[in-house]
This record gives sequence, C-alpha cells and structure tokens, in this order.
Amino acid sequence: MPISSPDFSFIQTLVRERSAIVLEPGKEYLAESRLAPVARSAGLGGIGELVARLRQEPRGQLTEKVIEAMTTNETSFFRDVHPFEALRTNLLPELMKARGKERTLNVWCAASSSGQEPYTIAMIMRESIPALVEWRLRFIATDISQEMLRRSRDGIYSQLEVNRGLPAKYLVKYFEKRGTDWQIKADLRSMIEFKELNLIQGWPAMPPLDIVFIRNVLIYFDLPTKRTILGRIRQAMHPGGYLFLGGAETTLSIDENFKREQAGPSWCYRL
Amino acid sequence: MRALVVDDSKAMRVILSQILRDLHFEVLDACDGLDAVKKLEGQGPIELALVDWNMPNMKGIDFVRHVREQNLRPEMRIVMVTTETEMDYVQQALTAGADEYVMKPFTKDVILEKLGLIGIQVR
Ligand SMILES: C[S@@+](CC[C@H](N)C(=O)[O-])C[C@H]1O[C@@H](n2cnc3c(N)ncnc32)[C@H](O)[C@@H]1O
Repeated sequence: MPISSPDFSFIQTLVRERSAIVLEPGKEYLAESRLAPVARSAGLGGIGELVARLRQEPRGQLTEKVIEAMTTNETSFFRDVHPFEALRTNLLPELMKARGKERTLNVWCAASSSGQEPYTIAMIMRESIPALVEWRLRFIATDISQEMLRRSRDGIYSQLEVNRGLPAKYLVKYFEKRGTDWQIKADLRSMIEFKELNLIQGWPAMPPLDIVFIRNVLIYFDLPTKRTILGRIRQAMHPGGYLFLGGAETTLSIDENFKREQAGPSWCYRL
Repeated sequence: MRALVVDDSKAMRVILSQILRDLHFEVLDACDGLDAVKKLEGQGPIELALVDWNMPNMKGIDFVRHVREQNLRPEMRIVMVTTETEMDYVQQALTAGADEYVMKPFTKDVILEKLGLIGIQVR
C-alpha cells in the first residue's frame, strides 16, 4: 500500500532527527518496502498504523526499528580493495616507523555496519605488523545500529558474505567453519571493541586517532552535517593520522583543513 | 585477455563464459580436467582459469596440481569455483596452487571482486 504524503514526511523528519539520514522526495518506494515488514512484525495493519503508533510513542523501541530499517547496511570484506592495499603497502609501514618508539596505534572504523570493514583492517594489521602483540592497539568500531553491532561481535558470516571480496588465504587463516556459516576466530574478534555511536550525538572520548575509516555513510547526510562530523573527526585525529572516505565521498569544499593525498593505489585525507 | 572455463556442467560453463565475455575475455572451455589439459596445448597465453572441483576423468584439484607442478602456465591465475565449502578443501586448493576460491552459488559480483583480488583488471 502506498505511503501517504503526511506519513512520508513524518518518517523523513524522524529519520533525519535521529540519524541525520536524508530521505529525498521520491524515496517513498524505499520507505514502503522497508517499513512494511516492520509494521507486520509489530502486528500492525500497515504503514499508516505504524506511523500512528510512532506519533504516540516517538521514544519507543519501534522508532529504533524504523531507523534500522531505513539505513543501508551494504558492505563487504575488502570493499573497493584499494584503501586496504594502501594500508598494507604505505600507511602501516609509515606508522610503524613514526610510532615505533611509543608503540601505540589507535584506529577507529565508524559506521562499521556488520563488521566486514573493521575485520578487514584487523586482518591487514595482523599481516603487516609482525610484532603487533607488542603494540598498544586500540581499535574501536562503531555503528548506530544495535543489530549490526551484535552481528559484528558474533563475527558470523554466511557463505555469500565470505565469497564476496575476501581472499581465500584469509578465510583459511582467520575463520572457522560453523555449520554452513563462517566465524571470525576469537583472537581477531578480541582485537576490536564494538560500540554504539550515533555520529550526530555525543562521541565518547577517544585516543588520538592514527587511522579513521568512515566510508559510505556521509553520503546520506546533508552538507552542514558532513561538515560538523568532519570537523569533529579533525579534532579527534592525531596530527599525523590518515582518514579514509568512501569512493563517492570527499572533504573537498566541505572541510578545507584536510589535504587529499595519494596513498599507494588509493586516496586518503590528512591534516 | 583469454580465459579457460572448466566444468562438467554445460549450464555452468555457459554462465561463467557469459560473465567473462561481458568482461571482454575470449573464452575457451573444457568439460573436465583431462579435456582442459588438452585445451591448453598449443595455445597462446591464457590469463585466467575458472575450475570446478568434481568432474569425471580428471578432477579440478588434480588439474591445478598438474598445471602447477609441471609449471605449464605460470601466467595463468586459477580460481576454483565449486560447491565444496569445507575449510579443508579451500586449504587444499591453495596448497595445490590455486589463486582464489569461489563457493557456489555465486553472483557475478563475486567473480568480479575475486578477479580484482588476483590483480586482473576488469571494466
Ligand atoms: C552503507 S553502510 C557502510 C558500511 C561500511 N562503512 C562500508 O563502507 O562498507 C552505512 C552504515 O552507516 C550506519 N549509520 C547510518 N547513520 C548513522 C549515524 N547517524 N551514526 C552512525 N552510524 C550510522 C548504518 O547503520 C550503516 O551500518
């Protein structure tokens, strides 16, 4: 059933206030296809009833479900390949030199969805830093979605998910077979702290960040929101740190304090 | 670029060949390992082979071992494409000299991403 125009604008506002995600006019079909299952599983007759319930109880569990349903969680291991190549060939060797004395390394992967991106970084770190155990590593991965964080902590992926972009040698080395699924081995899982973090709300204190991945999430936000978030990242970064954005994202003409730099086969941003 | 598709299922050969042709490969195919060994003879460079595991006459894994042990095609990247999904099989394939491993069922994107991983530039 098509969503009524007042209901759509209610959903637009709700999603924007809670997650900053901008639902353009014309995305009614998206709201319909993603919210119908939410209504059904809450035992409601349709999107009209769902919105009526949300109006009554805007702070309830149902609101969280709606936000989760409206976010895109698309991700994969080694997505776009190049940023991870850059880590392996350029950045990690440079950081190992630069931080060789204090041996600390702080990594943040924001909007980490179901975990493939932080686990890819963790595997690359294991491969590239032989004495990693002797480093004080803090690796924080965050997302707005509780459901995605739960999946990430479990580290269990379907056959289709491990088929996508994951080199077979890493499958053999870092996963265990669980029935028809595959689970990241416990020692790799324990490298990463998965935490809830809404990018438009307060951020917890973080150590000065050497590496920040925030890919394929700014694209959903409006310009002022992008600018605010990039500014906050700037404050959180170590002066020698590296920022990675998604393929369709940039700091150019949003935050001129960042400089775009070639890093091996990829682009990254530095202060 | 040229590729060799080795699978005893005609339907699977058709699917894989089509994916590769869309990527501008010239595609040869073979219905088992033995047939594949024959197809390699007297051919110019072949950059890629997609190889099934379970086939009559010569299994995919034996084809990979043969090609690597005899160093028949050092330039050829080999990707196993198989319904075998146990860890031990993936390990065996890598040890034999396969470069990548795809578990059936797969999508076109899976093939594309794997080719990217083994340094075959597509699109
Ligand atoms: C398309 S995924 C990107 C996953 C991964 N970074 C990648 O590039 O493959 C977008 C993620 O952003 C998260 N997200 C959306 N709005 C958010 C917000 N306001 N704060 C934190 N995360 C958010 C979603 O839950 C989703 O997991």
